Amino acid sequence: MKRLAKTTALTLLKIIVVFYTIFPFYWAIVSSFKSGAALFSVNFFPAIDLTNYRDLLTNGNFLRNILNSAIVAVSVVTLSLIFAITSAYALGKMKFRGRGIVLAGILGASMFPQIVVLSGLFGTIRWLGLYNSLGSLVLSYMIFSLPFTVWVMTSFIRQIPAELEDAARMDGCSTWAMIWQIYFPLLAPALASTGLLAFIASWNEFLFALTFTLSDTVRTVPVGLALISGSSRFELPFGTIMAASVIVTVPLILLVLIFQRRIVSGLTAGAVK
Amino acid sequence: MTHLLPRKEKPMADLSLTNVRKAFGAFTVLHGIDLKIEDGEFVVFVGPSGCGKSTLLRAIAGLEEISGGDICIGGQVVNHIAPAERQIAMVFQSYALYPHMDVYKNMAFGLKFAKIPKDEIDRRIRKAASILKLDAVLDRKPGALSGGQRQRVAIGRAIVRQPKVFLFDEPLSNLDAALRVNTRIEIAKLHRELGATMIYVTHDQVEAMTLADKIVVLNTGRIEQVGTPLDLYHAPANLFVAGFIGSPAMNLIEARVDTVGGGNLQLSAGEQKVTLPYSGPAVAAGAAVTIGIRPEHWIPGDGPSVKIEGTVDLVEHLGETSIVYLRLADGQMITVRYPGDIFCAAGDRFVAEAPVAAVHLFDDAGQAMLGRRSGPAYGILGQEFRAR
Repeated sequence: MKRLAKTTALTLLKIIVVFYTIFPFYWAIVSSFKSGAALFSVNFFPAIDLTNYRDLLTNGNFLRNILNSAIVAVSVVTLSLIFAITSAYALGKMKFRGRGIVLAGILGASMFPQIVVLSGLFGTIRWLGLYNSLGSLVLSYMIFSLPFTVWVMTSFIRQIPAELEDAARMDGCSTWAMIWQIYFPLLAPALASTGLLAFIASWNEFLFALTFTLSDTVRTVPVGLALISGSSRFELPFGTIMAASVIVTVPLILLVLIFQRRIVSGLTAGAVK
Repeated sequence: MTHLLPRKEKPMADLSLTNVRKAFGAFTVLHGIDLKIEDGEFVVFVGPSGCGKSTLLRAIAGLEEISGGDICIGGQVVNHIAPAERQIAMVFQSYALYPHMDVYKNMAFGLKFAKIPKDEIDRRIRKAASILKLDAVLDRKPGALSGGQRQRVAIGRAIVRQPKVFLFDEPLSNLDAALRVNTRIEIAKLHRELGATMIYVTHDQVEAMTLADKIVVLNTGRIEQVGTPLDLYHAPANLFVAGFIGSPAMNLIEARVDTVGGGNLQLSAGEQKVTLPYSGPAVAAGAAVTIGIRPEHWIPGDGPSVKIEGTVDLVEHLGETSIVYLRLADGQMITVRYPGDIFCAAGDRFVAEAPVAAVHLFDDAGQAMLGRRSGPAYGILGQEFRAR
């Protein structure tokens, strides 16, 4: 009896959690099929009407925005991982004076809220001539992606036994070859998960994207989405915005599904007893 | 890197260490090691943990930069030569296989860097695989291998490099007991087949005794003694080696010199008097000495013997041997290992008797005072030991 009550309570709790996390996304999908006054009536299973999607993809800069987001996110992830794995090697495997201070500094740098660095960063980007270009976004996003990736990779690389590196040295492996032929494949699961998180952060970033870009053609998706306007200034096109949200979310879901297996797989099994 | 030559033209692979020192900051790990290792010799470094044996091996490998002295391999000083170019190969305690590569690639990895042609690499790997019975698992990753197979891959990775010197860093410590014995025998066979110089680090004295041509006993960064296994067993140069080699450990009884003369030393250990024939350097009466007698040597022979009396504390029956723990009147403990069964119980009076030829003696600096000793001849079983 007690056991039954426990199972029931647990199941109920699971349903609540699933509902809480899934419902907003479900509501976005449902809304994306509606337009005009229908948006304001409650209908859980409307007819599938792709008008909003067609409008979005044929008009304006939406596709261009998606492409911009993809370019920025992929560049940020690639650069972050290259810098992260090389600096993680130095911070995790090499002994040098001030290693702790460097690590603490990296962590400290990630603690500033975006808004604090915004004005200073704006000046820097103007000075570098990157204003209103995708480069400005790549540069600024790495401010928050690097500390995180470096920290995670450092802790992962430390878990790899030192004898593996000794063995590679005996085999005539240079430090550079060691990083790319030994550590890189071994860190693949960690790279996949940190890379994914960096990708999501860059893909969703709004404040820097709004500040450092001006023209429609260099905007990324979150800004483009926020600036979607209706046919009159009195109409907020919820249907179109929801359709855009759905399109923007799909790549993230796909990425998570693709990398899920890599993230959980223990690739280092069998390295050492 | 020079190419590894076929066996017939195998280069001389003798090794000499001259005053090799290593310090980590203010902490000195190796205090001037001098050692010569002949071509084709199997040398075992043995010692308690922290004695510097692994550091010495890593210094020879080039994984640790030495702080002073010279390391010569085949007549060439290699102090500043990279590990891969010293023509040595190492088998690690944890095997250190590359987990993301299959067995074949694990063995090929080093050869690829040495710029050895592909077909030569293939030939060497096939040959090593057949010696080590790894043919069937060449395309498997280390994770899919058993502990023993991983160990053989680690050895195979060393063999294919055709090194002048093989280094083993406690290679058997991760294997279970049965596999350890097998692998030990395989390593001994491998040494005979390859005829290569091998240096082997272990803290297990059974491995040391069975594998070595020459054992180097290390303690706190210094060499205590170098010799064949039986040298170390019968003629330990000092107290440390005496206590380290042999299991159960040698009994060390504190004693004092009473009188010297007539080719004899009169000693007293507590209340008990011991007489030993002695012809070594002069000893003053009253000097502190240590009497050493191995547990398995407490068997009276025909000649003169040493008798020590005590009370039985505990008896262990192991079947092939019995171990009696004796407490002497002054509180010192003695272990007696007796072949077969022995019939006594805790609390009994017990007289342990050993031939004088098996008795070791050490001065107060811990140095051996007598020459090579010999254990008693067996064949006197069934004698009554129990004091009446």
